[in-house]
Amino acid sequence: MNIPTVADLAAKGQSPEVLFWVGCAGSYDDRYKRVTKAFVKIMNAVGTNFAVLGTEESCTGDPARRAGNEFLFQMQAMANIQVLNGYGIKKIVTACPHCFNTIKNEYPELGGNYEVIHHSTFLQQLINEGKIKLEGGGSFKGKKITYHDSCYLGRANNIYEAPRQVLEALDADLVEMKRCKTTGLCCGAGGAQMFKDAEKGKKEINIERAEEALHTGAKTIAVACPFCMTMMTDGVKNKEREADVSVKDLAELIAEAKGL
Amino acid sequence: MIQQIAFVITLGIATFFIRKRVLRIRDNIRLGKQVAIDDRIGERFQNMLLVAFGQKKMFKKLIPAILHFFIYVGFLVINLEVLEFVVDGLLGTHRVFAPFLGSFYGILMNIFEFLAVAVLLACVFFLIRRNVLSIPRFHSAELTKWPLLDANLILITEIVLMTAILTMNASDQILQGRDEHYVATGNLFFSSFLIPLFENLSTGTLVFIERFAWWFHIIGILGFAVYVTYSKHLHIFLAFPNTYYGKLEAKGHINNMPVVTNEVKSMLGLSTEAPNPPAEPGRFGAKDINDLSWHNLMAAYSCTECGRCTAECPANLTGKKLSPRKIMMDTRDRMEEVGKSIESGGPGLNDGKSLLGDYITKEEINACTSCNACVEACPVLINPLEIILELRRYVSMEESGAPASWNSMYQNIETNFAPWKFSPSDRFNWAKEESNK
Repeated sequence: MNIPTVADLAAKGQSPEVLFWVGCAGSYDDRYKRVTKAFVKIMNAVGTNFAVLGTEESCTGDPARRAGNEFLFQMQAMANIQVLNGYGIKKIVTACPHCFNTIKNEYPELGGNYEVIHHSTFLQQLINEGKIKLEGGGSFKGKKITYHDSCYLGRANNIYEAPRQVLEALDADLVEMKRCKTTGLCCGAGGAQMFKDAEKGKKEINIERAEEALHTGAKTIAVACPFCMTMMTDGVKNKEREADVSVKDLAELIAEAKGL
Repeated sequence: MIQQIAFVITLGIATFFIRKRVLRIRDNIRLGKQVAIDDRIGERFQNMLLVAFGQKKMFKKLIPAILHFFIYVGFLVINLEVLEFVVDGLLGTHRVFAPFLGSFYGILMNIFEFLAVAVLLACVFFLIRRNVLSIPRFHSAELTKWPLLDANLILITEIVLMTAILTMNASDQILQGRDEHYVATGNLFFSSFLIPLFENLSTGTLVFIERFAWWFHIIGILGFAVYVTYSKHLHIFLAFPNTYYGKLEAKGHINNMPVVTNEVKSMLGLSTEAPNPPAEPGRFGAKDINDLSWHNLMAAYSCTECGRCTAECPANLTGKKLSPRKIMMDTRDRMEEVGKSIESGGPGLNDGKSLLGDYITKEEINACTSCNACVEACPVLINPLEIILELRRYVSMEESGAPASWNSMYQNIETNFAPWKFSPSDRFNWAKEESNK
């Protein structure tokens, strides 16, 4: 893998066409690091001119803002904007819908204006441009895949089709859950829920959602968000189906189909 | 003449009460923070036309949408007939528009009757659906007592009012052949079915029935208009402004707090000018209704408690206490409480109570995943999430009362720049772990 940092490029007087915003989960979470790497491999394979911030990256502040700590959110946002503007970043791609939403919708008011796209849209564009070709669909051809909408892509930003088009490129049999797109059920970990236990109730949200996904009969549950990844994986484990059902990110599916 | 005087008095009383309530509601909404919503006028009108006038979001559930549409069109169109009622009532005339409109009057009356029947049937269906079918959102904890009674009263009132119109037209049609005061309307299709019930009655009895139904209908409508101002049914008016002022940004966007921006900028040495101290210190986030925007408060009055939000809420679906509908109902109840207190010279907002704590608990707001399912579900663009997030801001920033694990998350972000306890210097380590796929 070739993973340039923005600082490296800057030292050479260059700047990347697109900054890959890795996010905290993509940097630290063992499971999501695999998504990060899969996405880097794809970008390497198609020759995307990208770079990462490396240790200069920092939490966007999303969970702080959603939990209610506006001071902390804005401290983080301002610091990040200083770094991004300092490097003259124009375009950002990220594999985290929460980072995506925050940088795209909430940084402009604080002085951070960038073209921000989620990796599902980025992959869809690569497919449309013919840069990713999957002859015969590869290993997923005809296999049942269901897609779990991330709230922060779907309802929050109206991105419903890009992830589905990526899956269609796999020539897989895309089966929808009853609650999908605008009525897609949350995995349970948005709004800073990832960082605390759920309130008392009769069921965990991710189990409700995992049951729905398993009900489709799909052996692969495609996700596009680190929190959905954790929640759906835990849900599948709770139903003791981890042996035959896997939860995978779009980038992983593409990388796998391409043999990367 | 006596009838005319009685009518003027009735109209006067109704106007008095409606005016009083409208002003109260306006003042209650004005308890909210002044926030200017004056941008993107074209888009706002478009939203109002599509969502309120065109009922676009209702059509996610087809059958209720069609039935609701009949009631809605019935409300708009039958009110034209009420105009004639008012003119007749004031001038002592009967069907004053009939001579002017000629045969078109009969067509118009048949349209009204069709709508009256459609409204009646829709209301009967809704009553059955609400009370007999076990649809969870009509049996939630917050939908007992007054809210339950309110919902049924509205439906029953509409059924009774429509029955009055049909009775009036049936007796009127018989009288048209007996008394020339009763202007010919031509055959009125739906009410003709009721004629056999009244045919054998004496003219005097029929005049009494016709007059009774007329008075019953107009007093009913005026009374209902007063009632509506106390009821969830207020959505028939407020849905329009509420959709106009609805959020236009992406749903994922959370409102910025410029006060905080100023402070953060000066802390980071980013702003050269001294931060302007706000005129009044104000709270961070919301503890009570006056900390919410006037639009949040108007939204609470626009809510008709249909519960589509709660039916989609992942927290509520899995048995947590949070119900977005309850958030809106609580906001309204608190406004009413404060408004009543102010009206009677009481302490108003300073009654020792607050929206957060006395109405909405932390357990409720903490359960929200900010997934926007409630916002998406609302047919009139109400945004319960905005209120939830403002309450969370108060808890975190004014009370430092967030759950302990959120406080740890805050601390991690402050010290490690990540919500988990990892060292910032390890952030780029993933790139070195190429081998483990």
